[in-house]
Amino acid sequence: MLLRHTTEKEIDRKALTINPAKTCQPVGAMYAALGLHGCLPHSHGSQGCCSYHRSALTRHFKEPVMAATSSFSEGSSVFGGSSNLVTAIETIFTVYEPDIIAVHTTCLSETIGDDLTQIVSKAKEEGKVPDGKLVIHCNTPSYVGTHITGYSNQVSAFVKFFSTTTPKKRNVVNLVAGWMEPSDMREIKRIAKIMEARTILFPDMSGVLDSPLTGKFEMYPPGGTTVQELIATGDSKFTIGLGAYSTEDACVKLENKCKIKFEVMEIPIGLKATDRFITSLSRHANVPVPDELTKERGRLVDLIADNSKYFYGKRVALYGDPDTLIPLVEFLLTLDMRPVYIVTGTPGKHFDESMKELLSKKIPEAKYKSGERADMFQLHQWIKQEPVDLLIGNTYGKYIARDENIPFVRYGFPIADRPGHNYFPHVGYVGSTNLAIQLLEKLLDYQDRNCEEEKVEFQM
Amino acid sequence: MTDNNIDNKTATTGLVAELQEFRDEVITRYPKKVAKKRAKAIVLSDPETPPEILANVRTIPGIITQRGCTYAGCKGVVLGPTRDIVNITHGPIGCGFYSWLTRRNQTKPVDENDSNFITYCFSTDMQDSNIVFGGEEKLKQAIREAYELFHPKAIAVFSTCPVGLIGDDVHRVSRQMKEEIGNGINIFGFSCEGYRGVSQSAGHHIANNGLFKNLIGRDDEVRGSLKYRVNLLGEYNIGGDAFELERVFEKCGIHLIATFSGNSNIQKFENAHTADLNMVMCHRSINYVAEMMETAFGIPWIKVQPIGARSTAKMLRKIAQYFGAKELADKVEEVIAEEMIPVEKAREEALKRTKGKLAMLFVGGSRAHHYQDLFEELGMATVAAGYEFGHRDDYEGRRVIPTIQIDADSRNIEEITVAQDATRYKPRKTEDELKALEAEGMEFNEYHGLMAQMEKGMLVIDDLSHYEMEKLIEKYHPDVFCAGIKEKFCVQKMGIPLKQLHNYDAGGPYAGFKGAINFYKDIEMMVGASIWKELKAPWESEDYIEATFVY
Repeated sequence: MLLRHTTEKEIDRKALTINPAKTCQPVGAMYAALGLHGCLPHSHGSQGCCSYHRSALTRHFKEPVMAATSSFSEGSSVFGGSSNLVTAIETIFTVYEPDIIAVHTTCLSETIGDDLTQIVSKAKEEGKVPDGKLVIHCNTPSYVGTHITGYSNQVSAFVKFFSTTTPKKRNVVNLVAGWMEPSDMREIKRIAKIMEARTILFPDMSGVLDSPLTGKFEMYPPGGTTVQELIATGDSKFTIGLGAYSTEDACVKLENKCKIKFEVMEIPIGLKATDRFITSLSRHANVPVPDELTKERGRLVDLIADNSKYFYGKRVALYGDPDTLIPLVEFLLTLDMRPVYIVTGTPGKHFDESMKELLSKKIPEAKYKSGERADMFQLHQWIKQEPVDLLIGNTYGKYIARDENIPFVRYGFPIADRPGHNYFPHVGYVGSTNLAIQLLEKLLDYQDRNCEEEKVEFQM
Repeated sequence: MTDNNIDNKTATTGLVAELQEFRDEVITRYPKKVAKKRAKAIVLSDPETPPEILANVRTIPGIITQRGCTYAGCKGVVLGPTRDIVNITHGPIGCGFYSWLTRRNQTKPVDENDSNFITYCFSTDMQDSNIVFGGEEKLKQAIREAYELFHPKAIAVFSTCPVGLIGDDVHRVSRQMKEEIGNGINIFGFSCEGYRGVSQSAGHHIANNGLFKNLIGRDDEVRGSLKYRVNLLGEYNIGGDAFELERVFEKCGIHLIATFSGNSNIQKFENAHTADLNMVMCHRSINYVAEMMETAFGIPWIKVQPIGARSTAKMLRKIAQYFGAKELADKVEEVIAEEMIPVEKAREEALKRTKGKLAMLFVGGSRAHHYQDLFEELGMATVAAGYEFGHRDDYEGRRVIPTIQIDADSRNIEEITVAQDATRYKPRKTEDELKALEAEGMEFNEYHGLMAQMEKGMLVIDDLSHYEMEKLIEKYHPDVFCAGIKEKFCVQKMGIPLKQLHNYDAGGPYAGFKGAINFYKDIEMMVGASIWKELKAPWESEDYIEATFVY
């Protein structure tokens, strides 16, 4: 057994987290900063933070993930990291030539209280920031919130530093992407395009973390939201935030700064969340929904109807990030599956309320938990108490799946052991169809492999 | 094996002058201060008189480095591979999360009752209130909960950056909890905050000290055969390397007491001082333990390099020579002869595709050296190499240790004073015996470093930056580049296959005889992979002629 020490007997843990369903803020900030064209993320802290975050993102995307670090020593930890950051800014602009450096903090620089605004001004005063180059920054203390909080803080920093309102309003809808895959962002842009809606998507990792192999390494690939686009978000008509945890703060800041109304909705995973997204985009961009999308929807409905017997009543355990778990649970309900155990390490009321709303009537036996110690150890204990038919989550789930012999669908971050997630979307009708097929594949493969010989079906 | 097969000299003639130019060119891009420092970290190898290299010094902020932190070296590298210690990371969630199952340390519990916590991540998940008011109480409670749930034999606590800053004392908490829990549990802490050193290396040292203070020598029972008792130090069972070496030792009748720390458990550490010879594999990460064990218990140490089939054979012969028993020497020769048959077959097969190709190795603190043996066996020349966290002695040999200046960053690391153990110090060899062995060519307490092996004029670069890496590849187009996960896809985007030598690209083992065969096959596969010829679409090639329809 891989997780041989996990038993069904729970104790009331108050301090120990075991097998977390979350990680820390800075990796989220680094990920979001990669969605800004020409940007080099910079980790203001120990070298290890930057190394760990780059490694985690690289294992997941199997793509170059470039970022620099302030390389703190004991001295900088005692006297402050100001000179490290000033040196770093000079070195980066000289050697690596990005257009923008996006600095984020770590638990180390936050604990010693480094003031980024002041340090960056100092660097500018000392002439370390060449003309036309930019340094933006955000605070991402690792001991507050999770990687999702860090992502949100970086996205908000884009608004803070760039969004500018001019008298000229444009008929454009801002789409703030929550933590999703580059493939998802590409799909959202495709949907907007066929709707002929004018949109600005930010951040946008498509074209950055799914770049082609050409024989040439591009440190700043052609993808990513441009600074000009980010500035222009201040003149848009409306903002749609996709995923409350990762985008609501940016939406609020954009409203405060540029008076742009907004709506925060779920990431469009599944039939209903996609319906809501398309409806909202159609309304706010003032464009009709093209037949093409209605047909895509119809194909998804067709697939579900054709296979409903395989979905019906299956008990599912999930873990991951709230912005994806909420629409995923909703989609599982659309499939008549039974999401019974759901955990996320990311704290917040919205998750608990959404789970209550979605599950209290339909799945009264469901258990869900968020925040500190809402971890995969607890989820596994619940599974030991009463098993499930399917497990959905990041690669760390494979250890549970193997021990308990449960079909396992990889979803979330990190997926370190399978490719494809940054190529094929899980959002929109097409993405949801892709997801439903993945669920089916795993369920049917399991049945084919585990049923008695005489029960093997040719046609399913 | 004839040496003609592995003579690479012809492949590299002419390169040397270019490599010199490279050094002069690459530093021009840096700001002045940076250039000055980097110039000292880029040298041209000379095996006779290795030049001085700047190593184990701070990376300049803003340089994109391969390096990690002290915590990674301590918790991740040295203590990570032991299966029956509950390793609690005291800090915010990230550090524990990123070091969770990411190093491929394989372990094989002996039976279903044996412990294995390697698949688990334990963290105190510090929140802002813990930073403000201190995290000691939370740590204590976490230790209580870990004990209540798992009843482990030992719990280790690892400090992350903020812990040192707010002044949580993990050592005191460990002592208090050891007393509170009782039942013979061993609880100990590590002050391995990420900022403590210039790289992972500081963490290795801190871990070595902890191993010696808290584990080694606690169990005096002499178990198993009294003959040929050895420890293997600095082998972490990535991809099953330790399993292969265990197999080879067992086949030879060599009794492996403890491996630090691949496939290890607490009891092996506690019992390690009952061995008669220490073999140091990764010099960088574990030489301190070897030194301390020699001082305290009188166990001599030798450097070994069981990466590459010939090097593995060399190691076995050294062991036989040390013990001076004909029976062992005969057995070792028999094993080598038997193992080398499939090795040679695989090597000859691979050579067809690998011979004359160029490799570059920038990784770790010993692998950039050890893996040159395997490339030699493949007929490939290593034209540039360097460590991520090596010290000068790892490049130039231990003879330079007395001349290395101790800077502020090294002074941070606790130096523990070790004395002869009052009752258990027992020199394994008399002075005369050691001298006689030395006269036969055996070397104790010695490591000659990476440069002693590299051909004259090859490039040696410490703490390679991303910029230097790009330039190296653009200029020399090596056939294979060896580094880690962060470099992997940058290099491959340039059309050059990258072999990860931290995690072996989920392959391995690469140690020992079977490991060599695996490596030959993997490199042959990489340099010969068809896909590298398909980077350009037909219409992008120069001789593509555009056709037009004529209506």
